[in-house]
Amino acid sequence: MRDTLSDRMGAALLMAPLLLFLVLAYAWPFLGVVKWSFTLPTPGLGQYHALLTDDLVQSVFIRTLRIAAIVTVVSVTAAYAITVVWVRGSPVQRILAEFCILVPFWISVLTRAFGWVALLSNRGLINTWLQSIGFISEPLTLVRNEFGVIVGMSHFLIPFAVFPLASAMRSLDERVLLAARGLGSSRMRTFWTVFVPMTRSGIIGSALIVFVFSLGFFITPAILGGGRSVMIAELIYLRIFQSPDWGLGAAISVVLVVFVGALMALLFRYVRPKQLV
Amino acid sequence: MPTYRPGPVSLILAVLVALFLLLPLLAVVPVSLTPSRMLAMPTGELSLRHYRSLIEDPRWIQSILLSIRIGIVSSALSTVLALSFSLGVWMFQPRFTAALVGFVLLPMVVPPVVSAVTLYFLLTSISGISSFFGYDTWLGVAMAHSVMTVPFATVLILVSLSQLDRRIDLAARGLGAGVWERATRIIMPNIKFGIVTAALLSFVLSWEEIGVTLFITSVNAITLPRLMWMGLRDNIDPAIAALSVILIIITVLVLAARSVITRRPVP
Repeated sequence: MRDTLSDRMGAALLMAPLLLFLVLAYAWPFLGVVKWSFTLPTPGLGQYHALLTDDLVQSVFIRTLRIAAIVTVVSVTAAYAITVVWVRGSPVQRILAEFCILVPFWISVLTRAFGWVALLSNRGLINTWLQSIGFISEPLTLVRNEFGVIVGMSHFLIPFAVFPLASAMRSLDERVLLAARGLGSSRMRTFWTVFVPMTRSGIIGSALIVFVFSLGFFITPAILGGGRSVMIAELIYLRIFQSPDWGLGAAISVVLVVFVGALMALLFRYVRPKQLV
Repeated sequence: MPTYRPGPVSLILAVLVALFLLLPLLAVVPVSLTPSRMLAMPTGELSLRHYRSLIEDPRWIQSILLSIRIGIVSSALSTVLALSFSLGVWMFQPRFTAALVGFVLLPMVVPPVVSAVTLYFLLTSISGISSFFGYDTWLGVAMAHSVMTVPFATVLILVSLSQLDRRIDLAARGLGAGVWERATRIIMPNIKFGIVTAALLSFVLSWEEIGVTLFITSVNAITLPRLMWMGLRDNIDPAIAALSVILIIITVLVLAARSVITRRPVP
């Protein structure tokens, strides 16, 4: 009896500092943000009403959903292609694929966005090269629009899409694939009718992760969108620092959390957390 | 034993994706060597002037030193908090463990921009009370970064604890070791690799953090990513290309060193 009591004390003492820190520095201020959304500039549901009626907010929401959906399809498809080689390739292929996945993964979002500016801008590598071979006379507008945003975001999110796919592909029973081949199925057919369906949980997990990340993305759209294709996160930033319309910024934040929370609940319904990593 | 290997179509697609992933990292190299004052490709002549401006312009050096200081403080804070919490969870397995761990992981799951608004609220509230701890102070940034990095540190330490044999701890306990002794002399030496990794990851995450930093700094606490952001938004400064090249080289070297040391795939 004395033992269990001291155990409980020990657990409480060890766990308390972090829990206290997060309550004070994170949970409590979040409630403050929720309060803002109901009280600024005037008390009431005005900000939530504005969310449903304001044309600008609506168009930003729709654009964010559209970009997130496109980025999800692009990232998961690209990640699938490179993950197949990372998991199933020959030893040399595996090392090369791993290098290509992990190096960008560890490089900061700013450096990566800047790299795309260097490639896609009017005086960037692609336009300079296309002009020097005489393929185009005027530089193409590849950045400061939605195209640039989608390219930059997909580049950032492909490594994140890889991990759930890799774990699904690793846990798959290789004998089933060999059996399909042995029974005369072509390589293509084995891939589409056996391999892909067996990695379904990885595809769902990967798509949801990318989609959820895309919704709150800030830096890449702000740099590569050049203020023209504003997404939700940048709208929150602008509302707080340029308007300053803290109430609306707070209300959008609250809606974003609720939406992402619902998507995460969906994720854990279909995919067990352990399958993701 | 035959194995199922990717065919030619898969390989071609994978190479295209690999090129896509590496291209923007390679593109900054020629830009960093341009003699032009603006972002452009070098036309014939190469120059190291943008590398020189990194050293000569005091703003870059100051922001690098500030980022290092903030990184060390926030990494220390988040590693100590995460370690203490994880030891509590592992040694005592209290009820509601899942809920508590879930709560700790929130800053990792909530969209960063919402965390940024939350921390902006926190630090502007504190600013009224204290002038060195609130909005646009280095201590404020370090605390905010700790909130953002602590879930990652916790995950890493919990993973290394989960690989530890419980019987070691039971034996120490049976031999009469107290909680403090078990934690510091039995468990921590066994997971030191995990602790060091957690501290390093927290430092790297703080070093790169921009989403939250943007909301909680204005003119005083200008970290390196914040300075890069300012350079990228206003007029694109090729010094950023030079800096990017250096950061990319460091990353590649660290990853290579790590895979040689551990001799296993980096997670």
